[in-house]
Amino acid sequence: MRIYLDHNATTPLRPEVVDAMLPALREGYGNPSSTHEEGAAARRLVETARSRVAALFGAATREVVFTAGATEANNAVLASLRSSETPWNRLVTTQVEHPSVREPACGLEAEGVPVTWLGVDETGRVDIGELERDLAANGPALVSVIAANNETGVLAPLPEIGACVRAAGSFLHADVTQALGKTSLAEWAGPAHFLSASAHKLNGPKGTGCLVARGAPAIPALLQGGPQERRARGGTENVAGIAGFGRACELARCELPERVERYAALRDRLWNGLSEKLGSVRWNGREGGVENLLANTLNIEIEGAAADVLLQALDLDGVAVSAGAACHSGSIEPSHVLSAMGRSPEQARGTLRLSVGYGNDEAQIDAAIAAIVELVPRARAAGQ
Amino acid sequence: MRPSLRSSNLCLVHVQRVSRVSAERVVVAMSGGVDSSLAAALVAETGVDAVGITMHLAGSESRCCSLDDADDARQVADRLGIKFYVANYADLFRSEVIEPFADSYLRGETPIPCVACNKRFKFDLLLERARALGADRVATGHYARIERDPETGRLRLLRALDLSKDQTYFLFQLDQQQLAQAWFPLGERTKAQVREQARELGLITADKPESQEICFVPEGDYAKVVEGIRPEARAQSGEVVNAAGNVVAEHDGVHRFTVGQRKGLGVQASKPLYVTRIEASRRRVVVGERAELETRKAYVREVSWIAGKAPAEAVAARVHIRYRHAGAMAKVEPLPGDAARIEFDETVRAVSPGQAAVFYDGEEVLGGGWLAREPL
Repeated sequence: MRIYLDHNATTPLRPEVVDAMLPALREGYGNPSSTHEEGAAARRLVETARSRVAALFGAATREVVFTAGATEANNAVLASLRSSETPWNRLVTTQVEHPSVREPACGLEAEGVPVTWLGVDETGRVDIGELERDLAANGPALVSVIAANNETGVLAPLPEIGACVRAAGSFLHADVTQALGKTSLAEWAGPAHFLSASAHKLNGPKGTGCLVARGAPAIPALLQGGPQERRARGGTENVAGIAGFGRACELARCELPERVERYAALRDRLWNGLSEKLGSVRWNGREGGVENLLANTLNIEIEGAAADVLLQALDLDGVAVSAGAACHSGSIEPSHVLSAMGRSPEQARGTLRLSVGYGNDEAQIDAAIAAIVELVPRARAAGQ
Repeated sequence: MRPSLRSSNLCLVHVQRVSRVSAERVVVAMSGGVDSSLAAALVAETGVDAVGITMHLAGSESRCCSLDDADDARQVADRLGIKFYVANYADLFRSEVIEPFADSYLRGETPIPCVACNKRFKFDLLLERARALGADRVATGHYARIERDPETGRLRLLRALDLSKDQTYFLFQLDQQQLAQAWFPLGERTKAQVREQARELGLITADKPESQEICFVPEGDYAKVVEGIRPEARAQSGEVVNAAGNVVAEHDGVHRFTVGQRKGLGVQASKPLYVTRIEASRRRVVVGERAELETRKAYVREVSWIAGKAPAEAVAARVHIRYRHAGAMAKVEPLPGDAARIEFDETVRAVSPGQAAVFYDGEEVLGGGWLAREPL
């Protein structure tokens, strides 16, 4: 059996999700915009899913807009900076964003939109004081923050950020892609006006996600072409994908506390095993408190090891992990997230991201520890 | 086509772990070209556990080793049903190959970076990675052969059967240890056979055009690459002089010239003139008639011998002084300090410092070194 420890990249579909999608693929082929029964049936699938997704977010159904994923949702929010209709004309974001925020933000900056890039401390957390000073000095802004970092699992202090943003008459976008289904959003993400997420990070299908907009001014549709999603997102709905997303959210809502507990236990077992058996390892982000990390993520720096070599060697031994951030064609560039946390390029190159999830058990964790411990000396030799 | 392991299993946790075959694991260097594609196929065919690796060496300005090539290599690996990875060595390639290449031009030499690239990247760094992946051998698409001498037990590096494709000129620095871990499956094939077999196997790279001589130099514009790496080269204009020292023209930088070059000298003369010498420290390019290019002596430095040590006395050898040179018979005399003196039986043209001189005994590579301007 292979051991999959890369759940932050994507997750396997839960069988229950497949069961929810198959009827939508087989019988629910109608166009939800159509008046006839076929269309109405498809629309019922979409609306059932919408209420399930809304429930996990603690949002109202009308606040949920389905998209093709978090990348689209993030792009839609940032593209609103080009509109004269929205009450913001500058962006504040961080140096540790996912590329689906970072790259559009760079594009806006090149077009002349003012962008502030907030730094993080060595624990990966944004400095609230820096945010406050920026908002005081430069006026209201759209503030876009990654809620749970995909590489380190560091949770942003959303309540404090939200309070600060709202006090300044600004607006908050939280990219909760990694947080959804792994931590409770209700209170923590409450102050955000916009939230983006993808289904495939919580055992749903790829190609589906959502943008949740709460008490926020309307933003222009990124994709135009029809009245779907109350004109917020044109294009015929991905009915089966949405149905799967809905089911995945429903499962997450029912299982959240036990899931968090289970993931944390597996992750801690992994850390304890590795730190015991390998010298010179470091858990990036833990200095900020384990309660401020995703329960499933272990970003571990193994001194002197070439992480990309280790990743390939582990893969050949049946263990799937991630090194730095995954890049095009599988080549590895040092992570900008770890750089922002003050880690050197050499340290970043020795860093693995292990993320546990559905399907993992203690035996797998123990086997993964054994494989890593066996291969690290070789990866250290190759890292010289 | 059978589905590859990777494209068929998104639900990885439920998929069989890749069977830990007891077969020997071999890493295949896959550039995304037809040669290394077929090499991978031939390696996989023997039943070993083949792992394809594309070394990402140069950035998008390069036509070779680019990410498009990596995608081609990946498709071939999928077709063959073998594992495939990309390994990023772009930073090291820049510091260990491209920058020395530019600096060599600025010293008035004509560098051949493929030697260092092969030695350091394919048979040093890639072998190191292979060992970390549990493989003891690296296979490549080079046209060359390796044979064990039954008497001495030493490994011999032999030219490819297809002499028009032979690449041993680039491999003269390999040592016995590296040869023991190298595998050249194409050594006994012609290029036409390689393409034909790649077509039969349905490899998408079967009809891909040949890569250029130096992969990171687009359209053969060396000067542009040198100036990109060392911008100060742009402001290094100087004089073109004849053998008597008279100035006959101006030039825009010594890196634009190669010994033996005839075109682009900006000189009007009754007889064709050639670059005979480049004096980088004085920013001078010396030109002369064809006869002045001819010499019977040359010196080489950093000489390495395939057998692992220099012969006790001078040896007769056929010496190739550039890639695709037909070779000239000579006496090669080892000197102290890993140097050698070459005395050609007849005159040779255009000995260019920076190029390699490779010594052959028939089809066997004896060794080689770097052509130097002066006696050492």
